[in-house]
Parts: sequence; C-alpha cells; structure tokens
Amino acid sequence: MSNLQFLWFVLVGVLFSGFFFLEGFDFGVGMTIKSLAQNREERDVVIHTIGPHWDANEVWLVTAGGAMFASFPMWYASLFSGFYLILLLILVALIMRGVSFEFRSRMESESGRNFWEWAAAIGSFCAAFLFGMMFTAMVKGMPINAHGDMTAHFTDYVNLFSIVGGVAVSLLCYLHGLNFIRLKTTGTLRERALKWAKPLYWVLFAGEVVFAILLFFNTDFFAKKPISTTILVVALVLLTVLATWGVYGNHEWLSFISSGLSLIDVVVLLFNGLFPRVMVANNAANSILIKDASNSPYTLHLMTVISLTVLPIMLVYFIWSYWVFYKRLAS
Amino acid sequence: MNLGLSILSLARFQFAMTTVFHFFFVPLSIGLALVVAIMETVYVVKKDILYKHMAQFWGRIFLLSFAVGVVTGLIQEFQFGMNWSDYSRFMGDIFGAPLAIEALVAFFMESTFIGLWMFGWDRFNAKLHCAFIWLTSIGTMISAMWILAANSFMQNPVGFMINAKTGRAQMTSFAAVIKNPQLWYELPHVLFGAFVTGSFVVAGMAAFGLLKKKNVTFYRKSIKVSLIIGLIASIGVVGMGDLQTRYIIKEQPMKFAATEGLYKDSGSPASWAIIEGMDTKNHKSNWSIEVPYVLDILSYHKLQGNVKGQNRINKELHAKYDKKFGKDMNYYVPTKTLFWSFRVMAVSGGLFALIAIVGLYFNRAKSTMIERQRWFLWIMGICTFLPFAANTAGWFITELGRYPWVVYGLLTIADAVSPNVSVASLLFSNIVYFCLFSGLGAVMIVLSRRALHHGPDDLLQAGDDAPYDPYGKEAFSHE
Repeated sequence: MSNLQFLWFVLVGVLFSGFFFLEGFDFGVGMTIKSLAQNREERDVVIHTIGPHWDANEVWLVTAGGAMFASFPMWYASLFSGFYLILLLILVALIMRGVSFEFRSRMESESGRNFWEWAAAIGSFCAAFLFGMMFTAMVKGMPINAHGDMTAHFTDYVNLFSIVGGVAVSLLCYLHGLNFIRLKTTGTLRERALKWAKPLYWVLFAGEVVFAILLFFNTDFFAKKPISTTILVVALVLLTVLATWGVYGNHEWLSFISSGLSLIDVVVLLFNGLFPRVMVANNAANSILIKDASNSPYTLHLMTVISLTVLPIMLVYFIWSYWVFYKRLAS
Repeated sequence: MNLGLSILSLARFQFAMTTVFHFFFVPLSIGLALVVAIMETVYVVKKDILYKHMAQFWGRIFLLSFAVGVVTGLIQEFQFGMNWSDYSRFMGDIFGAPLAIEALVAFFMESTFIGLWMFGWDRFNAKLHCAFIWLTSIGTMISAMWILAANSFMQNPVGFMINAKTGRAQMTSFAAVIKNPQLWYELPHVLFGAFVTGSFVVAGMAAFGLLKKKNVTFYRKSIKVSLIIGLIASIGVVGMGDLQTRYIIKEQPMKFAATEGLYKDSGSPASWAIIEGMDTKNHKSNWSIEVPYVLDILSYHKLQGNVKGQNRINKELHAKYDKKFGKDMNYYVPTKTLFWSFRVMAVSGGLFALIAIVGLYFNRAKSTMIERQRWFLWIMGICTFLPFAANTAGWFITELGRYPWVVYGLLTIADAVSPNVSVASLLFSNIVYFCLFSGLGAVMIVLSRRALHHGPDDLLQAGDDAPYDPYGKEAFSHE
C-alpha cells in the first residue's frame, strides 16, 4: 500500500465523517418535524434551523461518493452495486426529504403540508437508518466473488446486527438533531428538546452496549485490532457520557459537539476495522484490499493536489455561511 | 430473450429515464440562475425595485427547479456504481476525477451560496446579495464543465492508455482530458441550450401572465430581459451546434450519417433530406424530400463534397474493430431516433431565435403591440415546453449516436453493466423511479402553475418590505 493510497483511504473517511457530523443533525432535525415540533409554527422554526445549510451538508455525501470513485473505483463499484436495493431506498428517502422542505413551503392546504412534513420525517429517518444498516452489513462480511461482485441475500444485510446498527445511527442522529435545536432555538422548543434528550440518552447507552457486543460476535474487529477497536468503543461511550452530562448540566455546546464526535467516532471505528481492506468478504480471500482497489498513482496524485488546493477555500465559505446564520430562532 | 439482455435493456432504460428526467431541471436551473442574476444586477444598478421583485418571483421557479435537480442528481452519481459497476472499474481512473472535482468545486459553491441567497434578502446589502446569485450561477456552469469533461472522454477518449496488466483505462494526461476538443464544442452548446431553457421558460410564463392582463409592466419587463438573453443564447446554441456538427463528421461519422438518415454515400454535391422514410432493417432509405446543396453547407460550409453513408462507415468500423470486438458487432446506431431528434433540435433552435426577434419587436417600449397580439403570447406560452424537447433530443443524438460503445472504441455498453444486479432488482428500481418521477414532475407542474396563477402580487404589494425572512432581524431573539 502506497502513502497516497493510505491518504485517500483516510480522506474518504474524513468526507464520510463530515457528512455524518453535518447531515447527522439534518437527519435528526428532519425527524423532529413530526415528533418534537408540535404545531405549524414550531415546524417552521425547526425547518428553518437547517434551511440554509442542509443542501450544502448533503454535498459532503456527494463528495464522499465522488472521492471514492476517483480514488477507489473497485470499492465504489463493489459497494454500490452490491447494496443496490438499500441504496435505491436511500436515494428515494434523500429525494423525498430533499424536495420536502421546498415543496412544503408552497403548500396551501393543511393536508399538503402534512404530506411533505411526513416525507421529511420519514425520509430523514430512513436515510439515517439505512446508512447505518448498510455500513454495519458491510463490515460484517458479505458474499463477494473474485471479480469483486457482491451477491447478497436478504438476510445478509437485514439481520439483528444490521438492524441494531441502523437503529443506533438513527438514534444518534436524532439526538444530534435535538442538540442542534437546543443551540439554534429558544423558548419552548429549546426546553422540550432538552427534556426529550434526557431519557433518550439512557436508551442510547443501552444501544451502544448491545452494538458493541454484536460487533464482537459479528466482525473480526476485536480479533484483528483489539486495542484500537476497544479504544474507539470506549471513546464512543465516553462521548455519550459527555453528551449526557451536557444534557443534565444544560451545556448546549458540549452536548452538540459530543454527539457530533460520537458520529465521527462510529465512522472511524468502521474505517479502522476495515483497514487494510475496503470491502470485507465472508470468504477472506475475496476481501477487496486498499492496495488493489485504487486508481493509478497519477490520478491519486492529481486528486491530492486538487483537493488540498480547493478544500481550504471551500471550507472558508462553508464555515462562513454557518457563522452568518448563527442566531437563535424564536417560535 | 436471454437473461443477460434483460439486465442490459433494463439498465439502459433506467439510465435514460433518470438522466432525461434529471436533465429537465439541470438546464432549467442553469438558465434561470443566469436570468435571475441578471435581473438582480439590473436592480442593483438601476435601483428599480421592480427588478428586485422580478428576481424574487422568477427565483421561486428557480428554487423549485434547483431542489428537484439536486436530489435527482444524487441518482446520477450513485448509478454508475449501482448499475454500471464494470464501467466504473474500467473507467474509474479517468471518470472519477472530474466527478469528484465537480462536487468539490461546483456543488459546494452553488449549494452554499444558494442558501445564503435564499435566506439572505434582509441580512446583506444589495450588492453582496447579488454576488450570491452570481456565485450560484457560476457554480452551476462550472458543474456543467466538469461533468461534460467526463462525458467528452466517453465520446472521444484522449490522454489515456490501457493498462496491459489490469485491462483498465488509465489517465496519462489530465491536461489532455481537459483540452479534449469534444468538451469545448459540447460545453458552449449545452450552456447556450441551458440559457435558452431558462429564458424561454421565463418568457413563456410571463406571456401566460400577460394574457391575464394583470401586472403588465412586471411581465413585459420580464419578457424583455428574458428574450434578450434568449436571442443571444439561441444564436449561440445554433452556432455552436453547427461547429459541433462539423467536428462530429470527422470524429464520429456514424453519428452524423444517422442524424441525416444517410445510408449510401451522398455523392457531390450533397442534398439534405428534410424528411425521410427509412428501412432500418435493410439499411436503406425508401423515400425522402430533399433540398440540394444543404448537406454540404451543413457539413463543410461549401457547395460540394461527398458525405459518407452509414453502410460504408459500418464496413470501415468492422475493419477497424473486428480484431478486438469480434465480427458480430452491430455498428449501426438507432437511425430513426437520431434523424428525428436532429430535426426537433434544429427546428427548435431556429424557432427560438425567430420568437425572440418578433417578441422583442412587439415588446418594444412605447408600443402595446405585445399585449394585443394574443396569438403570439399563446405561441410564446406554449414554447415554455419546447426547450426541454430540444435538450432531450440533443442528448439522444449524443448518447445513442455512440452506440454500441459506452466509451467510444474502448468499452461496449454490454460490458459496462453491473453483472450482479438481478432482473428483479432492476425491474423494481425502474418502477420505483418511474412512480417517483411522475409524482415529482406532477408536483413541479402544479407548483409552477400555482406560482404563475398567484402572480407577483404579494411581492408588488409588499413594496420595499421583503417577504417574510426567517433570518430577518425581527425574527431573532435578543440573547
């Protein structure tokens, strides 16, 4: 494995981390439209908290996908064709929630608004859940042939482990969304988000323990990398402790940063366990390795130069747009 | 029909469906972004509030189009891996780079600044706010450049080699990929086509608005701005199309011969078939109505010269590729589709220029002609839909004319498809997309009609007060 290949494995991980940190609260806020927010005014407010940002947040996913294609096409081809049906449903979920914000604002009837609110809520939940499910199934080991083609059956990707993975990710996103709402609103919404977060954090602890146990039995993470895997699992729990502390002590920034970091921790846990593979096959000989999956050194070098030039510029205006809209919204 | 063929045909149908639907909104968004940016610029320069309202009103259609364009674009990025995994493996070294750069450079730019534009009417001074829509607009154009760079490689592969060990295409010169002449014929043609789309949608909707005899000044000024852009763009799109045609004769002669329904060599001077009945099975033309010399003018800008027909090109291609791809390849492209697509596209192009000229004349200051010539308003209104047909026809020629290759001369469509996605999965996804697109398309039409039905009344009545802005000063708590 060359340095460039390693760098791009890390970069793809960074882009997915960015996606889950940012779109994580988008998904969470989307779900709150039909749970936390209880009337039209409150729904307007929660949607407006992510209004200027959700589109750019989703570009992190597009960039992660593009970067995967540009650096590890064998990974991209194998993953995307292998999880065909899950990705189809993810696309439908992302499409429905994506148009829902714009379409809802144009609706004149209560039922029309109601429809797009449900589209936003269900779409956000499904996207988070299915991403969790897909990545969990991916690390478990899938039937992959020597060509790199995965032909999985229903139970290969829908099983206890992947469902727990999906629930854990969507719960994390939901709490991340509540923490974001605590930061971005004031009044009853802010108080209710705090009230709701308290019991949910105890559910999350239980979920994390179950997930860790299933991770032990379903993957080779603990067997192959006992130290780093343990550290990352402990870090996940510690971050949740911090977030819980932020909830009970009403430290809003602490909760938000902790819940965001725990999503990133999950991505790191996944990439750490994958290394030096990109796809785990149930027949170890067919696992796809970083060294075999990548593009030529020429393309990797080119992409490195371009990304490292463009990324800082992009981050400047991206962060600036958050700074501009950093204010609390009143209901 | 064997199983392999079904996978291929379903995957091809799905690609056509998702791409055509996505490409209704791409040129519309690129075009509307420019039209709105120009309107807002006029507002900033002239300080005439009417132009601000114009930018806001047409901005509503733009935001709708943008939303649907963004989400259907997700499919585009995913489907190379999902449905065309062997294509992705073969082409990843070259195709992935422009895609990733497009996301990094263009998508972040347009999505961030559209957010600032949408929610920033009250928060920024007029000049800065206007800069946001320009940055969005430039973002959409940069995006077009990168995706067309990727497409151009598929049409005319340059700056690569085939790795003997892996059998994959490998980039050897990024500069060559970017300097690909195909790209620099294709990009301006596509961009002008997008500007035509944006401007004729505004002009057409404004014409419908004008038919109701309300907000006359608002709609007339909208028509003026959009038709000036539309005139320049329609001349540009025809001119660039002409240059591209002459390029294609050299690089993809089969594509060109098919758009002209030419089976036998034309001989010199070459006459041009306006319409033609053809026998695609036996590869011959049955009858046609022809104009002398025009094909030579189209092909070479001269009054003489022979244009090669498909039958000869087919033999040449067999001689060239049989060693690599076998004798059983069919190099004939879907001639009827290409022939008629070309005519739809060319006639539309001419019609746009004509309508723009007549419209601008009727709409000249101090004349109320445009309000009285209601037949013309109806024509303009109906022409709202024409750019979409023209854009789709153009892509039919470009993509179907490349048959049987997905990457010209390098990889066949049949070798590109995901071997592990079952017929059942493909059938399911085709149905899901079909229902989803029908629904989204219907909502788009209803909402656009509704926006037009309500008109700009709310904006005009509010006067200097911008519409309710959730991030406006009064909406924030003082903490």
